[in-house]
Amino acid sequence: MKMYVTSVLLLAATASFANCSGGDSTKAMKTNTAIIADADNAGLKLPSGFGALKVAENVGRARHLTVTPQGNVYVKSSKLVDGKGILEVKVNASGKGEVVKSFGTFTGTGITIKNGYLYACSDEQVFRYKLDANNGVINADAPEVVITGLINRRQHENKTVALDDAGNIYVNIGAFSNSCQEKDRSNGSKGMMPCPVLDSAGGIWKFKADKLNQTYGDGVRYATGLRNVVGLHWNTQTNSLFVMQHGRDQLYQNWPQFYDSLASAELPSECMFEVKQGSNCGWPYTYYNHLLGKKMVAPEYGGDGKKVSEDPAFQNPAAAYPGHMAPNDILFYTGNQFPEKYKNGAFIAFHGSWNRAPLPQKGYFVVFQPFKNGKPSGDWEIFADGFSGKEVVTSTRSAEHRPCGLSQGPDGSLYVSDDSKGTIYRILHSGK
Amino acid sequence: MKKVFLITALSVTALLCVVAQVKKPQPKVAVNNPAASIERGKAVYQKECLSCHQADGGGVPHLNPPLYESTNVVGDKKKIIAVVLRGMTDRVPIDGEYYSNNMAPHPELTNVQIADVLTFIRASWGNKASIVTPAEVQAVRGVKKK
Repeated sequence: MKMYVTSVLLLAATASFANCSGGDSTKAMKTNTAIIADADNAGLKLPSGFGALKVAENVGRARHLTVTPQGNVYVKSSKLVDGKGILEVKVNASGKGEVVKSFGTFTGTGITIKNGYLYACSDEQVFRYKLDANNGVINADAPEVVITGLINRRQHENKTVALDDAGNIYVNIGAFSNSCQEKDRSNGSKGMMPCPVLDSAGGIWKFKADKLNQTYGDGVRYATGLRNVVGLHWNTQTNSLFVMQHGRDQLYQNWPQFYDSLASAELPSECMFEVKQGSNCGWPYTYYNHLLGKKMVAPEYGGDGKKVSEDPAFQNPAAAYPGHMAPNDILFYTGNQFPEKYKNGAFIAFHGSWNRAPLPQKGYFVVFQPFKNGKPSGDWEIFADGFSGKEVVTSTRSAEHRPCGLSQGPDGSLYVSDDSKGTIYRILHSGK
Repeated sequence: MKKVFLITALSVTALLCVVAQVKKPQPKVAVNNPAASIERGKAVYQKECLSCHQADGGGVPHLNPPLYESTNVVGDKKKIIAVVLRGMTDRVPIDGEYYSNNMAPHPELTNVQIADVLTFIRASWGNKASIVTPAEVQAVRGVKKK
C-alpha cells in the first residue's frame, strides 16, 4: 500500500486538522496529511508515480462536482436521492468521505463554487447558495435563482456553468437536435436553413453572476454553433473560456451514400474550442475532421463527406479528438502537487462513446492535453483509464463506471465523479 | 383481434409444415418462417437500430432505452410498430427512466423489414414475445396518427 503525503495550505482561521506542522511566514499553516491510496488504485490505470482512492461510492448519479478549500465535495446528481439532488461529502483526514448533507430538490449536472456561493444547475435554471466561512451552505432550503427559463427540450438538456473573474457566469444551452434536420435523426432529412435552434440553444450564454432571475433577454449569446457542451472551464491563464463540444451522431445511419460505418465511427471529431464573444463553432453547418485537419460541410447542408468548408465565419477547434467519446468536463490544472508538465494543461473527462459501432466503444477515461502559452501543445494522452472495468467496451451499459466531472482539490489532487455508480475518485501524485 | 389470431395461427401452422417437410419449397411469404424472419430482422437491426440500441440491445443509459426488460418491446405490438414507423419524441418515462434522444421515424422500411426486425427484437436478449407480421405492420401504417 502506497502512502501519499500531500501538503495542504490552509488559512489559520479554518485549519482543524489533527497533525498540523505549524504556521509559516505567509500566515498560513502547512498541514501534512497522510492520504492512503487504495491498494488497487481504485481500479484505475495511472501514470507512474500516481495513485488513486475512492473517496466515496453510491453518491447519487454523480455528474459534476466541486471540492471546497476545506477538502469537502459537493456533488450534483442527475437523479434525486431521497428527494435531493445536491450531496455534500465530508472527507476525513485519510481521504475517505461520506454524505453528510443533501439538499436541492432538482436534478441536473453543473455545480461550482465562486466568490462565496455554490452555483448549481437544473436542466432549466441556475441556482446559487450562500456559503459560510467554511464553505458550508447557509440556507439549503432557499437558494437564489440566478438564471431561469432556459430551453430544455429533452435532447442535450444538461446545463453546466463556468465563472470568470469579472462577475460573469457562462452557461451552455445544448441544441435540442442532432444536426438541425427537418426531421431529427432521419435518413436523408435536410438541414433547416438557417438553423432555428441557434436562436435559443446550441451555444454558450453569458449572464451576470450576482443578478437574480435573469433569462434570455438579460444575457447575451456569447458563442454559437456548439451542438452540445457539457464541459466548460474558465482558463485563468489565458483569461478565456474553453469548451468541449460533443460532435453530431449518425453520419452513416442518416447519409449512407456518403459515409461508411467506419468513417461514421471515427467522425466527426470531439472538439475543444477557445471561445470569445461572437465565436461561431460551425454546428450544424460544418463539422471537424481531425484525420484531415479540416472543417467539413455537413451532409445536411450540401456536404458529401469530402467537401471542405473554407467559410471563415466558422472557428477552428483548439484541439480535436476521436469521435463520440463524449467529453463531459474539462479542467485546467493549476495545482502544485502534480509534476510540472501538468501545470496549466487540461484534463478532460471522456464519458465514453455509444456511437462507434462496428468498432469497440471508446473513451471512459480522463485525458491530459498538454498546453504551452495558453494553447494546446503536443499530443493528448490517456491519464486515467480503467473506469469501465472492461478491456473492451462493446456496449455502453456494460461499462462499470463512467467519468463525468472533474475538480481540483486544495492540495492539488484531481477529483473525478462517475455518474454510473456514483463513485468519487481522488487521484494523487506521490510527491515531487 | 380475430384476424391477428388467425395470422398467428397460420404462421405457427406454416412453421410446423416447414419443420415437418423440410424438402418442400420455401413458402412465398417467408415471414411465416420465424427463424428466417429473425435472421433477416437481425440484419435490419444491425443497419438501422444497433448504433443507438447497441449490439446487446442494452441501449445507452439516459439517452436511448434498452430493448430488453422493456414493457413496450414485449407489450402491445401496435404500440411498438408505431414507434418504429413514426418515431418517438415525447418526454415520457419508459419503465421509470427518462431517455433524452429522439427516436427517428422509419416509414421508409417495408412492412416485411419492420415485421422482421421487431420479431428479431422480441425474440432476443431474453425477450420471448410473439412474432410480428407484415400485415400487422400494414394495419398500423394505414391508421393515421391521432
